[in-house]
Amino acid sequence: VKVRLTCSVNQEPVDVLVDDYKTLLEVLREDLQLTGTKHGCELGECGACAVLVDGSPVLSCLVLAVESAGRRITTVEGLAADGRLHPLQECFADLGASQCGYCTPGILITAKALLDAEPNPSRERICEALSGNLCRCTGYLQIVEAVEAALRLGAASKQRQPLLAQSEPGAGQ
Amino acid sequence: MTPRRIIGQPRRRVDGRAKVTGQTRFADDIILPRMLHCRLLRSTHPHARIVSIDTGKAEQLDGVHLVLTGESFPIAYGILPVSHDEHALCRDKVRFVGDPVAAVIARDEVTAESAVNLIDVVYGPLRTFAEPAESLAHDEPRIHDYGDHGNVHKAVSLQFGDVDAAMAAADHVFDDVFFFEGNTHLPIEQHASVAVKDPDGKLVIYTSTQTPHYLHRALAKALAMPAAHIRVVATPNGGGFGGKSDPFNHELVVAKAAMLLDRPVKICLNREEVFYCHRGRHPVTMRFRTGVTRDGKITALDLQTLLDGGSYGSYGVASTFYTGALQTVTYDIPRYRFRGCRVFTNKPPCGPKRGHGTPQSRFGQEVQLDKIAEHLKRDPAGLRLGMIAPPDSLTANYLRVGTIGLAECITKVVERSDWKDKFRKLPLGRGVGLACSSYLSGAGMPINWNDLPHSGVQLKLDRSGGVTVFCGATEIGQGSDDVLVGIVAEVLGIDPFDVRAVTGDTDLTPVDLGSYSSRVTLMMGNAAIQAAERARAIVAGPVAAKLGVPADRLVFADRRVFDSEQPDRSVTFQEAVCIAEARVGTIGTTGSYTPPKAAGHFKGGGVGPSPTYSYTAAVVEVDVDAETGWITVPRVWIAHDIGCALNPTLVRGQVEGSVYMGLGEALMEEQAFRRLPPRLSSALVHKFPSMLEYKSPTSLDMPEIVTDLIEHPDPRGPFGAKEVGQGPLLPIMPAVANAVYDAVGVRVDQIPVSPEKILRALQAKAAGKPARVGPASFPDVAWPEPLLVTPPHEGGDGRASNEPDRRLRRKAEAGVEATAGVRS
Repeated sequence: VKVRLTCSVNQEPVDVLVDDYKTLLEVLREDLQLTGTKHGCELGECGACAVLVDGSPVLSCLVLAVESAGRRITTVEGLAADGRLHPLQECFADLGASQCGYCTPGILITAKALLDAEPNPSRERICEALSGNLCRCTGYLQIVEAVEAALRLGAASKQRQPLLAQSEPGAGQ
Repeated sequence: MTPRRIIGQPRRRVDGRAKVTGQTRFADDIILPRMLHCRLLRSTHPHARIVSIDTGKAEQLDGVHLVLTGESFPIAYGILPVSHDEHALCRDKVRFVGDPVAAVIARDEVTAESAVNLIDVVYGPLRTFAEPAESLAHDEPRIHDYGDHGNVHKAVSLQFGDVDAAMAAADHVFDDVFFFEGNTHLPIEQHASVAVKDPDGKLVIYTSTQTPHYLHRALAKALAMPAAHIRVVATPNGGGFGGKSDPFNHELVVAKAAMLLDRPVKICLNREEVFYCHRGRHPVTMRFRTGVTRDGKITALDLQTLLDGGSYGSYGVASTFYTGALQTVTYDIPRYRFRGCRVFTNKPPCGPKRGHGTPQSRFGQEVQLDKIAEHLKRDPAGLRLGMIAPPDSLTANYLRVGTIGLAECITKVVERSDWKDKFRKLPLGRGVGLACSSYLSGAGMPINWNDLPHSGVQLKLDRSGGVTVFCGATEIGQGSDDVLVGIVAEVLGIDPFDVRAVTGDTDLTPVDLGSYSSRVTLMMGNAAIQAAERARAIVAGPVAAKLGVPADRLVFADRRVFDSEQPDRSVTFQEAVCIAEARVGTIGTTGSYTPPKAAGHFKGGGVGPSPTYSYTAAVVEVDVDAETGWITVPRVWIAHDIGCALNPTLVRGQVEGSVYMGLGEALMEEQAFRRLPPRLSSALVHKFPSMLEYKSPTSLDMPEIVTDLIEHPDPRGPFGAKEVGQGPLLPIMPAVANAVYDAVGVRVDQIPVSPEKILRALQAKAAGKPARVGPASFPDVAWPEPLLVTPPHEGGDGRASNEPDRRLRRKAEAGVEATAGVRS
């Protein structure tokens, strides 16, 4: 049965008819074609499908889409703003925090939720916050360092500074 | 020489932006108009004849477009020419729980799944084999009707020199048995494929594969289609680690379905299916008999390995040889006997996982060396420093070793970890362990023996000033696109951002054999250098004429081409390309790479050769709770002999990722099976096919890792580079086991070194029994007569004295290969 879903995704209004059995993950990927959000298990085990719902990280594979009615949803596609990448994205790209890149969207989302909630988390806090996101490539250390680097670039503050001189790879070389 | 601008500098990888914006298109991200979805019906029996399949009800379900069974797939395929033992859907029998029996293609996944549940299969259960001992004990029923005999897939025996005499002459002979449990790759991306009949009527498949070339061959064979009418596009893999290196049944199924239906067909495996796909680390039991002189030199090694292969061949014959290949590359072993046996069991097939066949015996050898050092009252680091193989030498089993940075690796980790102040000196419960390893920089032999290049690169330069580079190499997260672009940009003196990479597409790109055996950086890299240098030469001639300077004085750097003696005599790179294009026409070049020929000419000598080898040493520190056996790893020091780090940011990621994966294998990861009760066919099912229960380390479990790179350029590598993706994993497991012994005085001769095993060993120790957990003995295997090869240092020529003429056999194999692989 199709049901109507109205909500906001990446600060844009969404009004769609979706199958009532579909998870938020499926609606984002299949109905809205926002395939930046990934899946690794569909059982809430790997963290790849994390999105922000009203600012809190949520595993979108465990949420029915209809439960998201009226909510504000942010996916990886909504992290960049005003044509500029989020400092977390810059630092993940620069510092080797993304290898295959499959877990990356979920980790970026989870890290953003942490930095939005806590202005100055310790390394232990960062590791704890990311412990539900599995990554098989990096060994996590470059991920944690990238979050710390983004912190230093003011990722946690509301008014972001122009942080990196260039955002395109290699442009400064 | 111009200083390097790109190579050696830490850089954002070329695909970094796409990955952090979610724009990297993985296979399951591809959504096409009119696309249908596929689900597979998988066997619930571990070993059974298929008596009948009734698909009637499934076919009648609304929304179902096609139901396929094994009848549609008469032709067998497989990754190795010697074991084409798979069918896309089972035909006569099933061999493990999870073996695909039928496929439904429907309008959506839910409908396909519903239809799959309507298919009726009648099975005639057969005796099942859970463990290698059972497969060795019972020849019947055979899981396959090929293989050496009974349920033995392959048993090999090689002898290099008079091992028994060397053992007899040794001052000590150490004899130890070890077991390494299987584990799986666990890529976060589940395998996915989308197949399409393109507008011309040809087949295109977008798929998460590490080896598009081999899939191309398998599709051509199994679907009986000309390879020229098939296009395989390897989408970026969301992690591979070896698990996406086989041609897979689901890939053949969607390819067939798309051609029959003329509509795009997608499949994405669920996590449980990924566990059952497996092709991961073989469980291996091994026995090391090592002769040692009193001053700590190895006189001979007699190694036996028994591999639990699971239900299909996969890479298994190569895996078997790999368990015995690299011992001599790491250490000087003048005489060597290797006997390896792979048996079939009714479990998911094992295959290559990071380190392919070598981590298991690396574990055994490094733990045994720890025991030898203790017996000889030698420091384990010092003992190893005294037995390193000489550089630029030929080992007893005819592997040609190039540069060896192992001594520096050992010295570095000893110094960085304060080894001398810690080893046997830390308080009870804390310990350090050391281990070393070596690994291939690419397999020296192709899977399908032929004289063709292993990697090809094509370059297009045009008047835009942009460069496009084409190569079949496959981006699986390791950074192969970045290596390719970095090298081309360095040679042509432009920015990586000016280069576009087109990779992993059998229509558009020259063949590269795939992302396995740590081969891409070295092989693709050398091909890329050749193509770029040829392009530079084409551009340099006309530019030199224009500037009125000799071509050999031209420098390509900073997006300019200039005279090294008068740098103001210059043109931009774009101008240079236009000058050349006006003079010589369209500019395109190629480069290729073929590894040197193997030195060994005996059967089995094709597994192990590599253009050059990397070396690694690691020290792991552990904390062990002597009450509970709980183990944590606070710190790891690792040094890796890489030759040259092309992009240090990525290299560090490979080293740390290897340490991480090694710790997972050492401490917790297990691809283990259990039997269901007899009323459920005694099925062999995965103990925990979920990411929650299959334990892998999280960010909270990671130690501090101190990484040192040893960089002495190897002349065989691009800019001197050797591999880094696999070697650094190898020493971690034995270093953990050795550290546990240092911490609490018990030997866990079995991977994983989990708390309950440590506790069991501690309890045994407290009860006055041997403080050890591990296999008691090596099973009886009926070994074939060994091939007798005289080692090079005893005057051998690389041939076995008791083997029929290899050239005749090679010729016969080439004939088979021609009919099997190249169909038109």
